[in-house]
Amino acid sequence: MATMTIARAINEGLRASLENDPKTLLMGEDIGELGGVYRVTDGLKKDFGALRVVDSPLAESGIIGTAIGLALRGYRPICEIQFDGFVFPGFNQITTQLAKLRTRSDGMLSAPVVIRIPYGGGIGSVEHHSESPEALFAHTAGLRIITPSNAQDAYWMIQQAVTCEDPVIVFEPKRRYWLKGEVDTSAPAGDPFAAHVLRSGTDATIVAYGPLVPVALAAAAAAEEDGRSVEVIDLRSISPIDFDTVTESVTRTGRLIVAHEAPTFGGIGGEIAARISERAFLSLEAPVIRVGGFHMPYPVARVEEQYLPDIDRILEALDRAFAY
Amino acid sequence: MNSSRLPAAEFEVEEVVRATHPVDPDRPEPGVTALQVLAPDGTMARGLSARIAGEQVDFSPYLAVDDADHLRSLYRDMFLIRRFDQESTALQRQGQLALWVPLTGQEAAQIGSGRALAPQDYAFPTYREHGVALTRGVELSEILRLFRGVTNGGWDPRERNFHLYTLVLAAQSLHAVGYAMGLQRDQLADPSLPPGASVAYFGDGASSEGDVHESMVFAASFNAPVVFFCQNNQWAISVPSSVQAKVPLAQRAEGYGFPGVRVDGNDVVAVEAVTRWALEHARSGRGPVLIEAYTYRMSAHTTADDPTKYRLSQDEQEWQPRDPLARLETYLRSAGLADDAFFDGLGAEAATMATDLRRAVLAMTSPDLADRFAAVYAEPHPLIQEELRFFQQYEAGFADEGKHA
Ligand SMILES: Cc1ncc(C[n+]2csc(CCOP(=O)(O)OP(=O)(O)O)c2C)c(N)n1
Repeated sequence: MATMTIARAINEGLRASLENDPKTLLMGEDIGELGGVYRVTDGLKKDFGALRVVDSPLAESGIIGTAIGLALRGYRPICEIQFDGFVFPGFNQITTQLAKLRTRSDGMLSAPVVIRIPYGGGIGSVEHHSESPEALFAHTAGLRIITPSNAQDAYWMIQQAVTCEDPVIVFEPKRRYWLKGEVDTSAPAGDPFAAHVLRSGTDATIVAYGPLVPVALAAAAAAEEDGRSVEVIDLRSISPIDFDTVTESVTRTGRLIVAHEAPTFGGIGGEIAARISERAFLSLEAPVIRVGGFHMPYPVARVEEQYLPDIDRILEALDRAFAY
Repeated sequence: MNSSRLPAAEFEVEEVVRATHPVDPDRPEPGVTALQVLAPDGTMARGLSARIAGEQVDFSPYLAVDDADHLRSLYRDMFLIRRFDQESTALQRQGQLALWVPLTGQEAAQIGSGRALAPQDYAFPTYREHGVALTRGVELSEILRLFRGVTNGGWDPRERNFHLYTLVLAAQSLHAVGYAMGLQRDQLADPSLPPGASVAYFGDGASSEGDVHESMVFAASFNAPVVFFCQNNQWAISVPSSVQAKVPLAQRAEGYGFPGVRVDGNDVVAVEAVTRWALEHARSGRGPVLIEAYTYRMSAHTTADDPTKYRLSQDEQEWQPRDPLARLETYLRSAGLADDAFFDGLGAEAATMATDLRRAVLAMTSPDLADRFAAVYAEPHPLIQEELRFFQQYEAGFADEGKHA
């Protein structure tokens, strides 16, 4: 066991991927000498060279599009998008090309491209540096989307994304890059698309992912002081979603809160609420309640604390759920 | 908004006219000549050399002017693909295809460039490259599977080294560069591999898309073995190429730092030679090349298009004498390399091909939607499994109804 930050765990995971398969390579803006703006790829170019760790021209469509071509030639490119808000110049290549390659080739071709996107707010930055666009990608069939919330997952999930035959987008919770945790580098990893129950409870379930997992755990701890036993599920995979684990939990607890940073309208929380209403309607003591961002562009840094779901917002949602 | 207040005087009348009808076959653009060996009147030059990116290039070693069999086979390919185009247009008119994208007028650009490719090279087409497909050994009926609406693909790209058609303009230009970067790495890992290149096909309209720009930046930065092959057929649906580019497209290459060359796209011999040179340039590690094949879209953009709304029939008449097939036929006949028997034989071969094609199209059956679930992801996916189960049960419900009704 080693203790490391999430950023370090991803770095070690990338290193393992590069060591395990000579066909893997990293591509992105400033990922070489600088090691990425978050230093996640620190030292990798020095050890693997410029052909394996490619400082690309400044062009997101170019990064994703050439990665697709490399994948067609048998390579496994891992692309870094510098910030969430800058993935959109590459959106076309991701949604119309990467996601559809397998269907368009009637299953003959695979596109094992990985796209890493630091996402989410809480870092006090300027606009386009704090967004949560996961729902825009989850809506597209053909993509897989995962988001680790701790160092152990960060280390393993990136490696599993690389060996997956499908394209995988890894949304990395950037405000948690410096969160430390234990990493067992020898433990075989489980299913990266399965949700994990991080805390068990009997009265309500909170589903969260990525940056909000620590918030959900803290809210559950606070609720316990009020005598409420709250189960917390780390979703880990946004596409596909492990509805079985969520359904099983809600069938026992009867109440469900879904928390994410992205705006609630048209988001992942709505999808979970709808599915769980269908699957566990008779077990529900209250409607599924979503806690998330408002329907506005991500606000300026000075007010982002009010925008981001925090412990109190989740506790308020629990109060509402218990009031039914 | 009062449109009469727009400063109309800023536009020269001549400029406006030119923007609408830019086509002058004899003087494509001032100051730029398209490389040519086979003239519209059917005479053939014996050599070709030009200054490209400051370097004198002799294309003579790449010219097939003395190989009669080869010239006849180039003609055959152009003839068959034109007949294929006619048959597909007819099939669309008869409701057998959802849409057809004709290539008439562009046979030389496609057959010439396609025949220049080596087996290990890999081509990335847009959606009109039926001639290139022919040269890569794609069954022509396979192309029609897309337009029949039974698949979005149609052939195994790896078997033919010819990628699937792409309807999002320019997207494939980046895939070609990425593929070339892969070829480059393979070569470094195993120098005994035959060097290969990829070719990105796109149109004059698509050249305005960011992806073409980004692909050229990437190609130049990494010295990727890729040839950009732009078929400038003068029109992007109804918009003339003068709206896409203010300088001849071939000249853009200079700004990216690699050679650009304009070739007469209706001269199959020159196109083949120039493409052979460009591919060798790329494969030998000297980096990318842009070829602009200057041609003309004789037919409509697609069967859904109406060119009478935007272009003059006079333009079409002016381009008629530049027909890529007619000029090679004239040459073959006048040089005594082909006679009536040859051309009659080709006609018969094409007629049989058309009959077979029609039969193949009519025999194409619709896929089962249930099977489409299997082609979305490579690995098992719970949502797909759940929705497939639902779909099958739902469909089965109708089957029961039918039985008991
Ligand atoms: C990204 C994108 N935008 C718009 C279209 C619609 N469209 C289809 S063909 C076409 C014109 C293309 O012209 P050009 O690139 O010159 O190729 P050509 O069809 O003349 O061979 C347009 C606008 C498209 N297919 N893709």
